[in-house]
Amino acid sequence: MSASLEKGINVLKEQVDSTVAAFFSSCVHCGMCTDACLFYTETGDPSKTPILKAEPLRRIWKSEYTLSGRIAKLFGLGKKVDEKLLTDWETLVYDSCTLCGRCSMVCPVGNDITLLIRKTREGMAAAGHAPEGLIAATKRSVTIGSPMGVKLPALQAQIRHVEKDTGLTIPVDVEGADYMLLLSSMEIMHFPEFIGAVAKIFNKAGVTWTLSSEAFEATNSGIQIGVSDIAAELVQRTVDAAEKLKVKTVISPECGHAYMAIRWDGPNLVGKSFNFKVRHILEVLDELRQQGRLKTSSMDTQKLTYHDPCQISRRGGVINEPRNLIGMFAENFVEMSDRGKMNWCCGAGGGVSSNERADEIRLKVFQRKKDQLDEIKPDAIISACSNCRLHLEEGLEEYGMDIPLLSLTEILAEHLED
Amino acid sequence: MNEIDFLNWVRGPGFQIAVIIFVAGIIIRLVEILMLGRKPNLAEAKGSAMRSGLRTIFSRSIPEKSTFKRSTFVIVTGFIFHIGLLITIFFFTPHILLFKDVSGLSWPALPTPIVDAVTVVTIIALFLVLAHRMSNTVLRFLTNYEDILVWLVTILPLITGYFAFHRVGATAPTLLALHILSVELLLVLFPFTKLMHAFTIVLARWYNGAISGYRGVQS
Repeated sequence: MSASLEKGINVLKEQVDSTVAAFFSSCVHCGMCTDACLFYTETGDPSKTPILKAEPLRRIWKSEYTLSGRIAKLFGLGKKVDEKLLTDWETLVYDSCTLCGRCSMVCPVGNDITLLIRKTREGMAAAGHAPEGLIAATKRSVTIGSPMGVKLPALQAQIRHVEKDTGLTIPVDVEGADYMLLLSSMEIMHFPEFIGAVAKIFNKAGVTWTLSSEAFEATNSGIQIGVSDIAAELVQRTVDAAEKLKVKTVISPECGHAYMAIRWDGPNLVGKSFNFKVRHILEVLDELRQQGRLKTSSMDTQKLTYHDPCQISRRGGVINEPRNLIGMFAENFVEMSDRGKMNWCCGAGGGVSSNERADEIRLKVFQRKKDQLDEIKPDAIISACSNCRLHLEEGLEEYGMDIPLLSLTEILAEHLED
Repeated sequence: MNEIDFLNWVRGPGFQIAVIIFVAGIIIRLVEILMLGRKPNLAEAKGSAMRSGLRTIFSRSIPEKSTFKRSTFVIVTGFIFHIGLLITIFFFTPHILLFKDVSGLSWPALPTPIVDAVTVVTIIALFLVLAHRMSNTVLRFLTNYEDILVWLVTILPLITGYFAFHRVGATAPTLLALHILSVELLLVLFPFTKLMHAFTIVLARWYNGAISGYRGVQS
């Protein structure tokens, strides 16, 4: 056995806990998770069955943590995890799963299949079976501080542009501010208007906030590729900056997995509870709305819909907040048929967009979102994740549809009372 | 061994062995799952893990609308044969007498003709389940030998029970002995196959609901 395979197997063993054992023990091979997965519904390929994607982890659980599996192993029986299995499974685990979590909502025995696939990734990555694109993004995150290689001067340049455009000051490294805002590299490079929108809203609401020059990156390639050590290191950078600036709350921006990383996985990765709160930008805005600190003056008459980013809605718990906020300015808001916790993924989450090998399939499975949009024919789509937004734009273009994508924070800022 | 000896063995030692393996097996399986434990969640909660976990144990029995539309056949046949098994196992007079004998507990039975009809419906549903498993691309891809074995040991007690009740094909003692033997086969395999989901489903649904509920989403 090669050293990397052995490492992968050991990491898979570490992933097994009572949830994993209960889930694998309960699967009855009913196939309902398959119907819940856009990588199956849009390809018709049964190998995309969600529970099968966790097969390497299942084999380790069976052979190491069950009586019957251990007895079988004694006699040299039972299915093994080998180099070939991991090679065959790499594209299933990384290219054909966005960790969207829809299968976990549908499984009749209650298996959190997404958690099993997420844990399988830990073993795959340790055994050296992660996609090149994700490995490169992860390396850049560790060495440069951003998966896209965005450095502080690039952020500073964007800040200068935003300050010029808005006439507002973008606070950086302000000690004792209430909020510390994180940004995704995508927002810095593609959607700097987001920074201006936050500045405008916070200025109106009288909120003290800051960016940190030492930890402005919200994304976390470690949780996408499945290397907890790296994920923890990246979370720790944010924790150190938040403690240094003594902020009360860290804000996760419009990015799905970033929220998962800092809000739900973060404290568990670094092994201690945070001494500050973590909130998604939409939660912060909705709180300001509740306190009456946000007032809109104009209404939008377009037919608008909301695309739920999986890690923010289904996996993150921020489902009502965006709808409350949209209600402040949208006259003609229409929901898609499956929404909120049952939404369909755009097809590019969970590291799929960083993995060039998956470019073809992610555009193919976009058909699911296209069908949903065809049903309601909106004038514009609101979302709260830059990754969804970029991929939705690309998908719409690919399928010849002309529907603009809007950031909820940005459109809210536009409708604020002057 | 004549047919009376055979019947006496399956009712006596055979049954005891099967029940011991069934009970011990289930305890071993549940202990080996629970002993693995879970790390505490250090993130600040947004909702109640316990309330959501408890709720999901029940709510997962009712599929959400779009899921029902996509997996109608599996859900409908699944409901029919599960309810059928519940009725035939627990609401048939002779079975209730057996449970009373073993545990002292007793409850009202359903009229025998109803149980008889339910048996037929359940057998038909299970054959449909198998036909679907073999003809559906996804299910055929998913199916392994354990799935077939479990299907077989589930339907055998229904078929042997039906024959024993109607006394078709052999003498009454032989038919009854075969019925009891088929149940023993089911009991012995139960803890070591996917049949175990009857127990672990509570854990799986609880964990799913708790993980999701902690983040403020009712799963």
